[in-house]
Amino acid sequence: MNSLYLIARLAGQQVAIAAGDIQSVVEIEGLTPVPRAPRHVAGLAALRSRVLTVIDSYAALDLCARPVTAVTQAIVVVIEGHLYGLLVDDVEDVVELAGEVEPIRGSMADGWHRAARGMIDNRGHAVLVLDAGALVDGPAALAA
Amino acid sequence: MEDLLDDFVAETRETLEAIAGEIVAWEAVPADRTRLDSIFRFVHTVKGSCGFLDLPRIEKLSHAAEDALAAVRAGLRVPDERLVSAVLAAIDRIAELVDAVEAGEEIAAENDADLILALSEPAAPAAKEEGPAAVAEARPAARASARSIRLPVELLDRMMSGVSDMVLARNELFRRLQEVAPGDGVEAAFERLSACVVEMREAITRTRMQRIDHLFTALPRLVRDVSAELGKTVTLEIEGGDVELDREMIEMIRDPLTHIVRNAIDHGIEAAAERIAAGKPAKGLLRVSARQSGNQILIEVIDDGRGIDGERLVEKALRLGVLTPDAAVGLTPAARAALIFKPGLSTADTVSAISGRGVGMDVVRANVERIGGVVDLDNRPGLGLRITLRVPLTLTIIPALTVDAGGHRFAIPRSAIEEIVRARSSTIRIEEVGGSVVARSRGRRLPVADLATIMGEAAPALIGQTLVVLKPAGSGIFALAVDSVHDHEELVVKPAAPAVMATGLYAGTTLPDNGRPMLLLDPAGLARAGGLSDGGEIVAEEPAAPAEAEATTPTFLFRDVDGALRGLRLSLVQRIEEVQATALTMAAGRLRLVKDGGSVPVVVCGTLPQASAFQVLRIGDGTSEVAYVIQSVVDIVPVGNAVAPAAHPGLIAGVVMVGDEPVELIDPFWLFAEAGEAFGRAAESPLCLLRGGDEDWMREILQPLLLQSGYRVAFASEAGAEEADLVIEGEGSTGAPPVARTPVVKLRNRPEGDRGSIYRYDRASLLSALNARPGR
Repeated sequence: MNSLYLIARLAGQQVAIAAGDIQSVVEIEGLTPVPRAPRHVAGLAALRSRVLTVIDSYAALDLCARPVTAVTQAIVVVIEGHLYGLLVDDVEDVVELAGEVEPIRGSMADGWHRAARGMIDNRGHAVLVLDAGALVDGPAALAA
Repeated sequence: MEDLLDDFVAETRETLEAIAGEIVAWEAVPADRTRLDSIFRFVHTVKGSCGFLDLPRIEKLSHAAEDALAAVRAGLRVPDERLVSAVLAAIDRIAELVDAVEAGEEIAAENDADLILALSEPAAPAAKEEGPAAVAEARPAARASARSIRLPVELLDRMMSGVSDMVLARNELFRRLQEVAPGDGVEAAFERLSACVVEMREAITRTRMQRIDHLFTALPRLVRDVSAELGKTVTLEIEGGDVELDREMIEMIRDPLTHIVRNAIDHGIEAAAERIAAGKPAKGLLRVSARQSGNQILIEVIDDGRGIDGERLVEKALRLGVLTPDAAVGLTPAARAALIFKPGLSTADTVSAISGRGVGMDVVRANVERIGGVVDLDNRPGLGLRITLRVPLTLTIIPALTVDAGGHRFAIPRSAIEEIVRARSSTIRIEEVGGSVVARSRGRRLPVADLATIMGEAAPALIGQTLVVLKPAGSGIFALAVDSVHDHEELVVKPAAPAVMATGLYAGTTLPDNGRPMLLLDPAGLARAGGLSDGGEIVAEEPAAPAEAEATTPTFLFRDVDGALRGLRLSLVQRIEEVQATALTMAAGRLRLVKDGGSVPVVVCGTLPQASAFQVLRIGDGTSEVAYVIQSVVDIVPVGNAVAPAAHPGLIAGVVMVGDEPVELIDPFWLFAEAGEAFGRAAESPLCLLRGGDEDWMREILQPLLLQSGYRVAFASEAGAEEADLVIEGEGSTGAPPVARTPVVKLRNRPEGDRGSIYRYDRASLLSALNARPGR
C-alpha cells in the first residue's frame, strides 16, 4: 500500500508524518504567547485570517529546549476542527512510501514513544512515523 | 433520532408542497392515472418512514390512504368524489400532524378514525361528511410557497466562518495598503471590496437567523401543562414571533425562557380565588413578546400576578445568611427584588414540582450572561412582574475591550465589564486585608485580582494601574488590575484549541486588525484563577453614599497631549481608536483625520507630538464628528455637575473636582463651533488671492491645486489683499504694496533663482506654504 508522507527533520531525526493529515507548511512569524498554557503550546500565530495554535514539538516530545533557528517552519494540521502548526527544524520532502508502518523494536525515550506510530522504510532508511495528534496532545496526554 | 425526525418533517413538507398541485388536478380528473400514482407514492413513502420513526397516527392514516389508492390503481374501486375528499382530508391531516411533530405538540386524535373510515370501502355509507370538512377548516392557512431550499446547517456555519475569514483578510489587506500607500484606483477598488464583504456578512448572518417562533411554539403547551398542574388558568399572549435571531442564540435562550415562564405561572400568577379577592380577573395573563432593538433582541415575559415580595426575599436571604442585616437595611426595592438572582433563594414557601427548588433565576441569569445578555426586572408588587432578556443578535461577533498586562495584550468581553477605574484616582482606595488586595470604591469593597500575576508574570506595583471592574456570569464582582486599557473593538471570536481552553482563563481567540492573534479572557475563569470565586461578593459597606444623591454625569477622563487631565461628557464620546500618524493630514490649514473613505476635523490641544500612531476620541453631536487627539484613556467616572466655569470661552468649559484632583472639562459647544469651520461650509474656507504673473497659468494650473487644498481663490481684479488669508504672487508682479499680516508667497518660473520665492512647479514647497498659513 503506497502512502504519501512528509519527511521533516526534528531534533536531528528524520521523521515522517502522513501527508493526508497535513494542510500546508508555513513559516511562522510573530507568535502570541499563551500564558498558563501547557509548555508545548508555543503560542498563537496568524495563518491568513485564521488563528493557528503553534505546537513546540520539542516540548511535546519532552526533548531539550528547541534550538532557535532563523526560519521557524511549521507543519499545519487540522485536528478536531482546530488548526495547529507543528514546529519542525526543517521540511525535507514529500515522498510516496510503499512499505507498511512497522512496530518499533528496541527502546525509545518516553516522549518519542508516545508520539510514534512506528517505523517506515524510506529508501533504505528507517524513518520514525509521528502521529500529529499525539504531538498536539503533548506530554499531558500521558497523564490522561 | 432527532435528526431523522427533522429530515422526515422537512421531506414530507417538501413533497406535500410539490404534490399540492397534483391533488387539486386529481380532484378535477379522478381518473388521471399519473396524478394518482404520484399521490400513491407520497402516502406510501410517508407510511414507510412512519413505521420506522414510530409515528403510529400518521402511519395509520397513510396506510389507510395507501390501501384505498391501491384499490383504485388495481381497478377495484372507482375514484368517486367521496373517496377523493377522503384522501384529501387524510393528506391534510398528515400535513397537520407533521407540523405537530415538528413543534412537539399533540393534536386531538378523535377524528382520525372518521378519516380512516371515510377511506374504507363504500360499504360504510354512514361516513360523516363533516369530518373531512371540519379538518380542512382546522388546517392552518396554506404555507406560503416561498422560493426556498434546504441546506445543512454545517454548510451555513462554513459560509459564516468563510465570511469571517474574509473580513479578517480584508483588514489585513487594509493594513498592507496603508503601508505601501497605493494609487487612487486601488483604494477605490478596496472600498468596493469592503462594501461587498460587509454586505455579504450581513446576508450570511441572516441565513443563520431563525424566527423566534421556533422558541415560542413550545410555550402554549408549556403554559397549558404547568397551569393545569397547578390548577390555575392562564391566558398566553405571544407577540413578535417573526423576530429573527441567530439559531445558536435561540438554543441558548430556550432553557432560560422556559424557566421564566414556569416561574411566572408558579410564583407570579395567583390562584383564581386569590386573584378575585385582589380585584383581578380570575384568569391570569402571561404575555411573551420579542422585538429587535438595535443590535439586541429584547424578549419580555410579563405576568399580571403578585410580583416579587421583596420583604419576604430579604427575610429569607437573612435566614440563609446570604445577606447581612446591615446590608439589608440599605437595599432599594429593586435591589430586594434582584435577590431572586441569588443562588438558593426562591419565593415559594413550598417546593413544587414545577419550580421553587431555588435553582431558577440564578441559573437563568448565568446562562443569559454567558451569551453576552442581560436580565432586567421590573417588579410591581401586587400587580405583576416584567422580566426582560436582552441578548445580542449573534454569538460570533463580540464587543470587547483590549487591555495590556505583563507584556501581553488581551481582550475582555464588554458584557462583563461594569466600569473602568484608575487605581490611583481618589475615588478608590486600595488596601491589603489579610494578604489579599481590596479596592474600596463608592461604598463597595471589591476584591482585586492582578491580571499579570494570574498570567504568571511578575506583577508591577498596583499604583498607576487601571482597574477593570468585572461582573462575570456565575461569580461575584471583582476588579481586575491591568497595566493599561485600549480600544473598544468588535471582534470575531473563534474557539481556541483544547489545550488553550484547558487553562480555564480564555474564552476564545480572535484576530484583530493588527494581524496578531489575541486571546479573549473568560472573566469567570479569571475570578477562579485569582482565588475570588467565592469571596467576591458585593459588600454594601455604607448603605448609600450621600455623595451619590448629587446629580452626576458619566464623564470620560483622559490625559491630553499636553499632559493635562481633561474630561468630556461620556455621551459625546462615540469611540476611541488608534490611528496611524499617516492618517492625519493637513488640509486647508487644518488637521484632518482621513479614514474609511471619509475625513473629520482633528482637534489637538497644543501641538501634535511626534509619534507613529495616536489615540483619538471620536466625538459626535449627532450630525458632525470631530476627532480629538489624546495621550491616554484614564477612566470613566460620574462627575458632579458643579463646574467652576472658565474665565474665557474656549476649549475648556470649566474645572470640576474628581476626588481631589482638578479636571478640565472640554466645552463641546466650543469644540464643534471651532471645528465646525472645517465641515465644509465654503464661505468659511480661507481665501487665496492670486495676482501678477501669467493669469492663465494661475487660473488653469494653480487654481485646482488651491481648491484641492481647501482654499477659495480670487484674483487681484476681484478682491483686495486685505480680505485674503494668503497672497500668491506670480513672477513679474508689479510689486503691489505688501499687506500687513497677510503672508505672501512669491513664485518664479524657473527652478533656479531667488531664495525668497518658490519655483512654481515645486509642489512640496508650495503645499507646505499653503498649509503653513498662520491663524487657525
